Amino acid sequence: MTNKPYESMSEFQMALRTFSRNRVALFCVLVLFLLYMGAIFADFLSPYRYDNEDRRYSYCPPTQIHFFDDGAPSWPFVYGIDLEYNEYHKRIYTEDRSKKYPVKLLMKGDEYRLLGFIPIKTHLWGVEAPGRVYLIGADSRGRDLWSRILYGSRVSLSIGLIGVFISFTIGLLVGGISGYYGGRVDNILMRIAEMVMMVPGFYLLLALRAAVPPDFNSVQVYFAIIIILSFIGWAGLARIIRGMCLSLREREFVMAAKSIGLSDFKIIVRHILPHTLSYSIFAVMLSIPGYILGESALSLIGLGIQDPFASWGNMLSDAMSIVKIKFYPWILVPGFFIFITVISFNVVGDALRDALDPMLKSEGQG
Amino acid sequence: MALDKTLKFVRSNGMFLYVMKRLLISIPMLLAIALLTFILMQMTPGDYLDTMRMNPQMSEETIEYYQKLYQLDQPVWKQFGAWLINMCKLEFGYSFHYNVPVTKIIGGRLFNTFILSLASFLLTWAVAIPLGIWAALNRNKFSDRFIQFMSYVGLSMPSFFLAMIFLYFASQTGVLPLGGMYGPNHEDLNWFQKIWDVMRHMAIPAVALSVGSIAGLQRIMRGNMLEVLGQKYILTAKAKGLPQNRIVYHHALRNAVNPMITLLGYEFSGLLSGAALIEIICSWPGLGALMLTAVRSKDIYLVMASMMMGGFLFLIGNLLADIALAKVDPRIRYD
Repeated sequence: MTNKPYESMSEFQMALRTFSRNRVALFCVLVLFLLYMGAIFADFLSPYRYDNEDRRYSYCPPTQIHFFDDGAPSWPFVYGIDLEYNEYHKRIYTEDRSKKYPVKLLMKGDEYRLLGFIPIKTHLWGVEAPGRVYLIGADSRGRDLWSRILYGSRVSLSIGLIGVFISFTIGLLVGGISGYYGGRVDNILMRIAEMVMMVPGFYLLLALRAAVPPDFNSVQVYFAIIIILSFIGWAGLARIIRGMCLSLREREFVMAAKSIGLSDFKIIVRHILPHTLSYSIFAVMLSIPGYILGESALSLIGLGIQDPFASWGNMLSDAMSIVKIKFYPWILVPGFFIFITVISFNVVGDALRDALDPMLKSEGQG
Repeated sequence: MALDKTLKFVRSNGMFLYVMKRLLISIPMLLAIALLTFILMQMTPGDYLDTMRMNPQMSEETIEYYQKLYQLDQPVWKQFGAWLINMCKLEFGYSFHYNVPVTKIIGGRLFNTFILSLASFLLTWAVAIPLGIWAALNRNKFSDRFIQFMSYVGLSMPSFFLAMIFLYFASQTGVLPLGGMYGPNHEDLNWFQKIWDVMRHMAIPAVALSVGSIAGLQRIMRGNMLEVLGQKYILTAKAKGLPQNRIVYHHALRNAVNPMITLLGYEFSGLLSGAALIEIICSWPGLGALMLTAVRSKDIYLVMASMMMGGFLFLIGNLLADIALAKVDPRIRYD
């Protein structure tokens, strides 16, 4: 029993072992997990709803949370916010030391539906009503940026997943069909893919957006953006999958499947495409950032998710004005969240590729 | 006789044939872009004349004139033909937003986008190649690890966000102009100062645009260099006692750079696409910013023309890359 020097491992187990030894990648998996949890429980974790505004506090700087009261340690609290105008009519916010609002845990606030169906008013933390807490500052309408970042992550993070799912479905199918049949079908499909790839991405994005009716509501725009991004994204993948399928279709198992009379569609989906799996897994990870950036770019220039709904891109659109960047630098914070998400996906994708690479090589030798 | 001579020249000159072939191939590609653009624009709700009719300054005759010119009363496929033919004559239609023919606006914008892309392209290659060599030669030392870490950051940093951060620092320090292309007194400067003025305005968008490509290209260059340095002929060169410098720059570098040249075209077109967003943020008067205005105001002919120009620059980039590759690598066959 102790005499067992070699344990047999499947390729998948080997890849998993390689991956789990990469500590940076594991850390990034944790970061992504936290980000997605933040998105799912955005309404619980944020002190305010995304549209809870108070225009008295337009571009209010971050509220300081105090842990000491007159030098003595105390339960964290914030002071009230006083608004004055200086001689240039610029808003100056100061702390109103006479009013103290303790930070409350599990506080009753704006109503929302937890997980989409449980009506509830409890928020993880917050301060009582006349007081207001802006963890990283407020936007033009005095809405809490931190809450909006959490709500915005729902849009930004989900668009990556759904977009990748759609364009990989199309890309795999088109690539599979193209590579399996070859000949004229291949020629036509690949010319179409090249046509999409040939127009510079951002121009295509804009042109496609122009083709979307202007009277769409926010949900429709959300799905329109996903479809547009998927439309641009499938082509590159289809070409690579096609290349793989061209060689896969010559293999014996395809012959075997053919000889027992399986339909072409079943051969492609059940027998050929699974062989491209290890490539697809890390390609998915590495292409998600493209969708997140695409959505951000569209929302940034005002063609994506519209106010009052939040996405990291449209929150940054305030920063298109240099004056606002100069005086209210905290409006740049959503950009850091985009950056952290993108770098996490890149690290995880790269680590997956390193882990799956030996499998890719053995695949080629067949 | 003259024809014979020409033919002989063409046959003997593979390079010339190759370029011609590539040019011929790009014609159907341009047609395909045109078709895609046209289909997209047909899908947009409302047409160009609707917007014109709402403009009280437009006379009925003008509208009829344009209706005839673009045969908008004709079936769709005929419209497409008319638009194509007009485009061959460099007639891109009429921009109602700017109230001038599209041709008048687009040339300057095309040039602005081109110099911005070119500047960041040169910057990218001038920084990435030496950085990649340096990283490969110092493999796994601190400097290499630092460069690799930074390139991860650079690759993941959205260029538009980087531009915003640069703008923030520029606004705090005042060392660089904040957006635009010309300073307020641009007209009064002499030609040298004019160039300097534009370069100063270009600094933020060009650097923001380059950082991501530098990071990516540096990694590829490092990989190539490491692969070449592991080859047998490098060992031979070492064994026969060549100095390190000569091995690196004479034997390794050439072979490591070659595969990079295939990336030239992709890089350039990538920059072109990225430039659009940066232009909008840094208010650089280029094609991308123009396209956004056009899309926002439903200026259909301007959208179509911008997209055609984008595709055109893209093709040029790819063509130049192919030619450069054929020139550098004698192993590439022209057919």
